[in-house]
Amino acid sequence: MANVLVFTETQGEHVKSVTLEILGKLAGHNVDVACVGSLSDIATADLAKYGAGNIHSLTGDKLDKYSPEGYSNALHGFIADKSYDYVFAGSTSLAKDLMPRLAGTFNAGMASEVINFAFEGDNFHGTRPLFAGKCLAKVELVGPKPHFVTVRPNALGLPKSPTAGAGTKALVAVSAGEITAVIQEIIKGASEKLDLTEANIIVSGGRAMKNEDNFKILHEMADVLGATVGASRAAVDSGYAAHSMQVGQTGKTVSPTLYIACGISGAIQHLAGMRTSKVIVAINTDPDAPIFTKADYGIVGDLFQIVPILTQEFKKLLN
Amino acid sequence: MNIFVCIKQVPDTETKVTPNSDGTYIETSSIKWIMNPYDEYAVEQALLHKAANTGSTITVVRVGAVKDTEVLRTALAMGVDEAILVDAPDNLDSYQTAKAIKGAIEKSGKTADLILTGKQAIDDDCLQVPQLLAQLMELPSISVVVGFEGTGSDLTLRREVEGGAIEVYKTSGPCVVACNKGLNSPRYASLPGIMKAKKKPLAIHSLTDIGVNQDDVRVKYSNFVLPPEKPAGKKFEAMEEGQQAAVVAEVVGLLRTEAKVL
Repeated sequence: MANVLVFTETQGEHVKSVTLEILGKLAGHNVDVACVGSLSDIATADLAKYGAGNIHSLTGDKLDKYSPEGYSNALHGFIADKSYDYVFAGSTSLAKDLMPRLAGTFNAGMASEVINFAFEGDNFHGTRPLFAGKCLAKVELVGPKPHFVTVRPNALGLPKSPTAGAGTKALVAVSAGEITAVIQEIIKGASEKLDLTEANIIVSGGRAMKNEDNFKILHEMADVLGATVGASRAAVDSGYAAHSMQVGQTGKTVSPTLYIACGISGAIQHLAGMRTSKVIVAINTDPDAPIFTKADYGIVGDLFQIVPILTQEFKKLLN
Repeated sequence: MNIFVCIKQVPDTETKVTPNSDGTYIETSSIKWIMNPYDEYAVEQALLHKAANTGSTITVVRVGAVKDTEVLRTALAMGVDEAILVDAPDNLDSYQTAKAIKGAIEKSGKTADLILTGKQAIDDDCLQVPQLLAQLMELPSISVVVGFEGTGSDLTLRREVEGGAIEVYKTSGPCVVACNKGLNSPRYASLPGIMKAKKKPLAIHSLTDIGVNQDDVRVKYSNFVLPPEKPAGKKFEAMEEGQQAAVVAEVVGLLRTEAKVL
């Protein structure tokens, strides 16, 4: 049985879903949770339900906003006098930045963005995609502990019958130390929706969208489904969509439950970035487009005709 | 000021990846290598910053197999002043790579005022080296940078986070900046640039020279395999307007009853 700390982030009143996925998978180990700042009662209850033993809220000056140095110093201080074998986190935009630095403070190894993992005794081994998912490899960690692991959101899934933990809450005073790169402001993004990497449903558009304006039909469908809108590299490079929306090897690698590809031909670097989606729907006028080789449901047709009908069908079904 | 840029040589994005025979890495013999796409933004930003801060020099550092120095020559041809190559396997782990870059910078005898990298390498996709390097050198780091303004070491950096939101950071002093697509438009090497690059200094060190050894291994990989192929899906013909409503209704029905995702 390994001693594990899971770092969590919140989204409003809730903890991010990937934390609960990780907790579910760690059933049978000694698992604590740490977050920076306070947790709502809902968040605490969820963490306990999925197996958290102690839940540590780290508080201190200069921790109201994220900074790589401040968070790393605070967590290092908290972890240093404990005996955790592993520190896990969801591979979110914050954790992708924080965890390598934190691992560095311990001169420790880290496995980035695994999509599955298991333990042999107390030893972790995971599976992670490389080359944006063109291949998979087994990853193991050696050297000083604790070892660090980040997990791709939506990859593990939530356990059907989670094992509850004690869920004992504790406030811990920590120091952010010296912060030399100081955050000045946070500018909100155009979209309040879940980031592509965490989205459960993605509606994505390719070169066939023809221009930026046309993306509004994808946004309309996404609104009905509670989905996030993505784009292919061809669409981004043509200026139809922002790079933050790009799915593929030079964009984001995603694993949603449902991926709807509209007017995307399916270049190898795009397929690599979305092939682990659980269910793929593709709409394309070219019956030989490579995207159809990965699609569970392919519709050979014009997206400008199909998408509005699809949106209406989803509306009927979900309302 | 002394600007360092870290670059990696990676397989072209169109590469079909095949695991090697013993599953320890991929087959690399017939791969077309390119500069990691995100590193191009780092090189370009270094060139822009040098142009705005006279008297600066840019040193490019690459840790990788020595067989091919083309990617370093490309950086030199774009306008970088000198290059350092650390001869190492292409699948070195992130900790060793960060330690090797730190060692190479120290061995150059220069104090780094600014270190630029790509936000991630598109081969191992670890996203660790910039942050690790910063930690090992006790510097701040800002990653996924899409905006870079300022003079010398007084910088305002825009970091892209979830949903396209932006965090704005201010730094004054050396730091590691990991660049994202959209930061700038990388230039092409000019013909005179390519000619000049051939005469620019390129130092080669071994891992042992800069103090990286087997004790620094942190991550072990094995069992490289191709992802499982999906069974063929269902394809529906809906080019004619008359077919579309029925096809869409059927697909939505299947998403609910068969795939159970709605």
